[in-house]
Amino acid sequence: MKNDVIICRCQEVTEQEIIDAIRDGASTVDGVKRRTRACMGLCQGKTCERLIERIIARETGKNPAEILPNNARMPARPITVGLFRDKEGE
Amino acid sequence: MRKITTDIAIVGAGSAGLCAAYQARSAGAEVLVIDENHRPGGQLFKQLHKFFGSSAHRAGTRGYVIGRELLERVEKSGVTVWLDSVVYGMEKDRSIGVIHDGENIVVDAKKVIVATGAKENYMAFPGSTLPGVMGAGAAQTMVNINRVLPGKRIVMLGSGNVGLIVSYQLMQAGADVLAIVEAAPKIGGYGVHAGKIRRAGVPILVGHTITRAIGEKEVEKVEIAEVDDHFRPIPGTEQIIEADTICLAVGLNPMTELLWMAGCRFCFIPAFGGHVPMHDANMETTVQGLYVAGDVTGVEEASSAMEEGNLAGVSAAASLGLLTFEAAEERRKEILGRLDTLRSGMFGERRRTAKEKQLAETAAYEAGRRE
Repeated sequence: MKNDVIICRCQEVTEQEIIDAIRDGASTVDGVKRRTRACMGLCQGKTCERLIERIIARETGKNPAEILPNNARMPARPITVGLFRDKEGE
Repeated sequence: MRKITTDIAIVGAGSAGLCAAYQARSAGAEVLVIDENHRPGGQLFKQLHKFFGSSAHRAGTRGYVIGRELLERVEKSGVTVWLDSVVYGMEKDRSIGVIHDGENIVVDAKKVIVATGAKENYMAFPGSTLPGVMGAGAAQTMVNINRVLPGKRIVMLGSGNVGLIVSYQLMQAGADVLAIVEAAPKIGGYGVHAGKIRRAGVPILVGHTITRAIGEKEVEKVEIAEVDDHFRPIPGTEQIIEADTICLAVGLNPMTELLWMAGCRFCFIPAFGGHVPMHDANMETTVQGLYVAGDVTGVEEASSAMEEGNLAGVSAAASLGLLTFEAAEERRKEILGRLDTLRSGMFGERRRTAKEKQLAETAAYEAGRRE
């Protein structure tokens, strides 16, 4: 039914997969992220995170105030690993 | 990895960041502003329409003119601005990781002001990842900044001010806006904007939503339907509109990743876009020396963002001892007075209540921490 709605476009995760993850016990965005890879693509959840929060609230009845965004980690923007190498290439 | 130091580092060169920079620099601070975009000004240069409000807030002046004047002031004041520079993270000690000119640089500033703004909300439906579906703000950037028309036949979802203004600007740029679709029973934005749209013959369909985007490789058709009291589509009410573009104007949410990384405390205020950083009347967060301003503190509009920027700039400079307590208080009083005007009236009242709640939650948290 919900297989035709893509929630995380970077990792191509459908609404049904998000719902399945919640039924599997995920009750946070991080929980959904670990099970489905949603929020782990190029945009790091900038598009899907809000949608996932809303699906969790709907499916679990949890108060939206208690559904936090996924754990923010560096890098907040896509950057190449090579930039962390020092100039001499050491 | 190179390390540099400065008095005040500001992330984001939009309305709030530029005002903060100007205030801090005027007080004598060494200021570095960092922005990931090619040009400074944030969303200001997209605003071709005239601003509302009082004369103190340049009512009747077009947004990009305000942006140009602000930028000139900032440039003359001797602020350093790094463009095309990505802030990829912040540590608990408030040091910032930046990629500038192809180099990884750590900026260690005595005070940091985060003015990263907000990002667009999205909506998912079958076909919502087809090319041709985009945020209304993205469409506005394409038309007003890059001078590229995103499509010819447009359906706008959302009748708030963003949906209404962007629809009008797309029409001015030569596109046909076929309909504005709004799930709520009434139009969200100002009557003056909605009037312009209606006089141009564009239907605003309240109590409707988009249920599907149809197309092989891109949007070719849009299916809309009426919604019930719980915003669920009513079967049998579907209509098809032949369109090539869907713009989503369904709200914004604060871009807060750096603040979470730094360990700021948050509170939940739906009117501001969800989880927002706690901050006091001086715009300082629960992390000492870390300030916020503009939409990142809760989504409002450009004039409030500028005033919050002014406030953060003055406060950060004062905490460095660059302004006397009296001088800082006097400026803060003026700014707060103007902010108060912005947060009043039919449309401002909701934002005032939200801001009061945010300040009260911060005060309660700080009181608990001192005990």
